Amino acid sequence: MAELRMVQAVNRALAEALAEDPTVILLGEDIGAAGGPFGATRGLQEKFGPDRVRDTPISEAGIVGAAVGAALSGLKPVAEIMFMDFITLAMDALVNQAAKARFMFGGQRGVPMVLRTPHGGGLSAGPQHSQCLEAWFCHIPGLKVVCPATPADAHALLRAAIADPDPVVVVENKALYAMKGEVEDAPAPLPIGRARIARPGRDATIVAYGAAVHWATEAATALAQDGIEAEVIDLRSLQPWDEATVLDSLSRTHHLVIAQEAVEAFGVGAEIAARMADIGFDELDGPILRVGAPFTPVPFAKELERAYRPDAARIAAAVRRTLD
Amino acid sequence: MSDPIALFRMMLTIREAELALARLFADGEVPGFIHLSVGQEAVAAGVCAALGPQDSVASTHRGHGHALARGMALEGFFAEVMAKSTGLCGGRGGSMHVADLKRGMLGANGIVGAGPPIALGAALAHRTRGTDGVAVAFFGDGALAEGTMHETLNMAAIWRLPLLLVCENNGWAEFSRSDTQVAVNLPAWTAAYGVPHVEVDGNDVQAVATAAADAVAGLRRGEGPRVIEARTHRWRGHYEGDPQRYRDPEEASRMAEHDPIARARAAMIAAGAAAATLDAAEAEARDAVAAAIAAARAAPPADWMAALNGVYAPAEV
Repeated sequence: MAELRMVQAVNRALAEALAEDPTVILLGEDIGAAGGPFGATRGLQEKFGPDRVRDTPISEAGIVGAAVGAALSGLKPVAEIMFMDFITLAMDALVNQAAKARFMFGGQRGVPMVLRTPHGGGLSAGPQHSQCLEAWFCHIPGLKVVCPATPADAHALLRAAIADPDPVVVVENKALYAMKGEVEDAPAPLPIGRARIARPGRDATIVAYGAAVHWATEAATALAQDGIEAEVIDLRSLQPWDEATVLDSLSRTHHLVIAQEAVEAFGVGAEIAARMADIGFDELDGPILRVGAPFTPVPFAKELERAYRPDAARIAAAVRRTLD
Repeated sequence: MSDPIALFRMMLTIREAELALARLFADGEVPGFIHLSVGQEAVAAGVCAALGPQDSVASTHRGHGHALARGMALEGFFAEVMAKSTGLCGGRGGSMHVADLKRGMLGANGIVGAGPPIALGAALAHRTRGTDGVAVAFFGDGALAEGTMHETLNMAAIWRLPLLLVCENNGWAEFSRSDTQVAVNLPAWTAAYGVPHVEVDGNDVQAVATAAADAVAGLRRGEGPRVIEARTHRWRGHYEGDPQRYRDPEEASRMAEHDPIARARAAMIAAGAAAATLDAAEAEARDAVAAAIAAARAAPPADWMAALNGVYAPAEV
């Protein structure tokens, strides 16, 4: 057992995969000599060499396209896109190539690649370095999407993503990179698609992922002071997502709030709400409520970004509203 | 010099297959969009003749010739384009996605400029795995306007990867003259990245095969990427059914003069080949195509349950 920051847990998962499997390579901008903009790949090029931990030019379409070609040709590439906002430049490679190859080639081969990328605000990084775009990828058949909330999950989900025979987008919340947590020395493999109950409760269910898990837990702590016991579910995996665990919780609490850092409209929460309004309809004793960002770009100014980002108070208010 | 009869046979197979597709398309037996490479067969046949089984090819929307020249079987090819369950891609891809991964054929591609980065990755895989394999990306002259072309050539150049980019320069970017779309010519483009460029007569299959063999040998020696520009002609429209209102009918009437198959035949006759041998090769190509079409017609339609379950790898139990 070691206490690691999330970024160190990512680094450890990458180092383990590189050591165990000679077909694993890393590619991305400044991931080698510089160790990555957030330090996620620090020391890996020294240990595994510049061919396996490859610094690329500033060419997102080329990076992800090359990852697709390498994955079709026997490697397991782990590509890093420095900020999730930059993925717009690589959409063809991810959406039209990686996601579809297994299907459109009749199952001849899959694309066992990973795309790691940080999302999220809170750093005054402005409209083009702060977005949470994960819902786009959840909407694409052929892709898987995970988003860890803890260092242990960042490690385990990245290992699972690298082991997966299909393309997986690993979304890391950059505001959580410095968060510390226990990571077991040899944790059991964590399958993609399993949520965890971050905090048990009987009165309402809060489903969250990424940074919102921590706001939800904070909200649950505040609600407990008023005798409201909210259960917090950390989705961990967004595509596929753990419908059974959410439905089971809803069947016990009969109230559902979904919290996300991303823009609320047309997001992950909308999908969960729609599914639970269908298969969980008989369990509901209140409206399903979503908490997410308003329909604006992420602003730069600290006070604007504070107003923009969801927080524990808004989640707690939503829980009270659905219980009303 | 590459085996002239083998090159001739491959061009015939591609020509017969594509002319058959044109008929099947007109008759409604091939759905969707198809883009034919009639007139450009020498490029596919000549380049692929220089490759071994370990090598990789990424193709374009006009990719039938590349797939067949890479060894994709006619049966799986026709069944795919005719949307049958016995298609090599299960009828889920069709003409724009014919692929034969076991033969290193990484797919035709519906997106202009998408193939070169994929070939770049294949070249990276060959390098990383320590094989002597090389990767080839075919692209059209119109694709040079795509940003991925520049990213690919830049990365291949800085990493000196075993990547051969083959431009099938037919003068057209879909429905527009490519010289109205692209400000740079290939010699200047490649020189800017320090990558060797050769131009060949893309209707002379021996010239293409010789240039490709030379380039591939350089790639295998680790000399870094190469670009071949093969000047050729697109005999038909951008897609089958294209009325080609943008095109001077005069141009079409002149194209047969450049027919790579007729030229190869004349060259072999001049070198002493027996006309009967070449006639027999033509008949064999026709027969093989007819047999593949008959098999595809008899095959069951594409299977919906297989498609529905084919998005991800089967879950491990």
